[in-house]
Amino acid sequence: MQISEDALKQAYRQMKTIRMFEERLHDEIMTGEIAGFTHLYAGQEAVAVGVCEHLDYNDTIASTHRGHGHCIAKGCDVRGMMLEIYGRADGICKGKGGSMHIADIEKGMLGANGIVGGGPPIVVGAALAAKLYGDGRLAVAFSGDGACNQGTTFEAMNLAVVTNAPAIFAFENNHYSEHTGVAYAVGSEDIASRAESFGMKAWRVDGCDFFKVYETMGEVVDHVRAGKGPAAVEFDTERFFGHFEGDPQNYRGEGEIARLRKERDCITIFREHAAKNKLVSKKDLDAIDKEVSDLIDKSVEESRAAAPPTAEDVLTDVYIDYI
Amino acid sequence: MAELMLREAILQTLFSEMERDENVVVLGEDIVGGMGTEGGPEAIGGIWGTSTGLYDRFGGDRVIDTPISESAIIGAAGGLGLTGKRPVAEIMFADFLGVCMDQIWNQMAKFRYMFGGKTECPAVVRMIYGAGLNAAAQHSQAPHGILTSMPGLKVVMPSTPADAKGLLTTAIRDQDPVIFLEHKALYAEKGEVPDGDYTIPFGHARLAHAGEDVTIVAAGLMVKFSIKAAQGLAEKGIGCDVIDLRTTSPLDEEAILDSVENTGRLVVVDESPPRCGLATDIVSLVTQKAYASLKAPPEMVTSPHTPVPFARELEKAYLPSPGKIADAVERTLAWK
Repeated sequence: MQISEDALKQAYRQMKTIRMFEERLHDEIMTGEIAGFTHLYAGQEAVAVGVCEHLDYNDTIASTHRGHGHCIAKGCDVRGMMLEIYGRADGICKGKGGSMHIADIEKGMLGANGIVGGGPPIVVGAALAAKLYGDGRLAVAFSGDGACNQGTTFEAMNLAVVTNAPAIFAFENNHYSEHTGVAYAVGSEDIASRAESFGMKAWRVDGCDFFKVYETMGEVVDHVRAGKGPAAVEFDTERFFGHFEGDPQNYRGEGEIARLRKERDCITIFREHAAKNKLVSKKDLDAIDKEVSDLIDKSVEESRAAAPPTAEDVLTDVYIDYI
Repeated sequence: MAELMLREAILQTLFSEMERDENVVVLGEDIVGGMGTEGGPEAIGGIWGTSTGLYDRFGGDRVIDTPISESAIIGAAGGLGLTGKRPVAEIMFADFLGVCMDQIWNQMAKFRYMFGGKTECPAVVRMIYGAGLNAAAQHSQAPHGILTSMPGLKVVMPSTPADAKGLLTTAIRDQDPVIFLEHKALYAEKGEVPDGDYTIPFGHARLAHAGEDVTIVAAGLMVKFSIKAAQGLAEKGIGCDVIDLRTTSPLDEEAILDSVENTGRLVVVDESPPRCGLATDIVSLVTQKAYASLKAPPEMVTSPHTPVPFARELEKAYLPSPGKIADAVERTLAWK
């Protein structure tokens, strides 16, 4: 599949933004300034970006508790996200949602989700709406290997097949559901075969290689936009941090994370592939790194200084109209 | 005006709202009925008779017959609502709330708040509820109390065919998620229903019977029982206000408090068990805000703290009745 140099730079920028956003949060959470539970997406960037680079704002996605990457990839404002995670009044959700509930409907981002398996049924609804709009739009449910065991996911896959809804079930198998290995928790050989058993076409792809993800997603998106029914993709990917920030990760293998960062880092793989095939110059990619680093610095600086919401804000935004 | 059964009023309203707004979509189990069978679509036409003919008129993209998957039904309603449609989902028996609670409680009800007020989810969830048909513990419950306790939801309980039309029309046009509870024992209830466009605003109770001595507060089927009790008491010279709440969220506090300030006596009738429910909620409201007006302790007529039983005799013993309500009214009048 051909990708223009500009499109590649944009994809790299998105991946790098997610990576730096997450690495920086990891450091900032240590300072105690950020409240609550945070689940970092670092390691899985090629999936979110490789999927979302095929979508526009009419297409919708629903995300997970590990949602920052999907939000950024779908175009949510990075500054607004950082403010939100800091619990500020000017955050993308006015400080009411936090890390696990970032959403931006205008961008087609239907929400991160604190409930594992919460998103797939919602995506089927968005896909049914997409079918009614009749303009080829579609909806994507990001789920992990944890959510693939939830009944809601099964119900959603079956309903999507029965109604021929333009939905994509994107399963990011990072080999851990919270602190439990996929070898224990997923009884079937893989996740894609479950989707196939519901009657939809499924693909399997290395989620650490942006180029493979992007190419596969081209086929998947074409299939779904053509009205051939829902589809599923299982991505083999890696989680560089713990389930949540503060997770001691004593269940990881000796040297496992160092090995993953060395051998399975999607940013490194992207750079190597781009250099080898002379797709984008190192200089251009370094310039993007600098640009992204500045954006993250600025977002953190601004978030630290920004005003928190007031006590009165507790009461607003429950309803549009009540008495 | 036309005389309709409550179920007919629901069906007519769905028809007219689907005609009026192409964004209205209905979905649920067997709402078409007969899909994938020799009989074909509409062979059944919806088990309650509240969706008969919708599929033939509006087609399968807007009248979505779903598998038995309550979580997916409600989740899909949430997704349709978030992306510009007006879904009306049906949960065949309100007891199945237990299956789809997450999509109501953690998703639909909270979207707007979690997302900082930037989303709208104009979804209606119709749930068929209530005891009286000997359907036993998993097909008879009245879960309005649980739902009323959830911020982000509006909860509607019509008691007449006219109200069913007016309140369902309002629900479908409302921008927030609405739970619309239809009592199965009221489906055959007949009444005059206004023609044409008819809406009833939420949070405005109806004075279903007027009297000076005791205030009776009820919703849904309990309104019918309360009116019957009030009519019997009127023959004995005892006057009762019967306040039909129409919506339990929002709650018309003013109508309740105004009446109690006048009568000084309160009887709350609730089909659900007594703990942490609608009855305790109303008693709490009145004791906090109209304490000085009370001439006697408030009375609650509720089901007992048990599951709904099956046998006719047991279910009769379980449910509030006009007789039990009349007894409570007389107790509050006799209190010294």
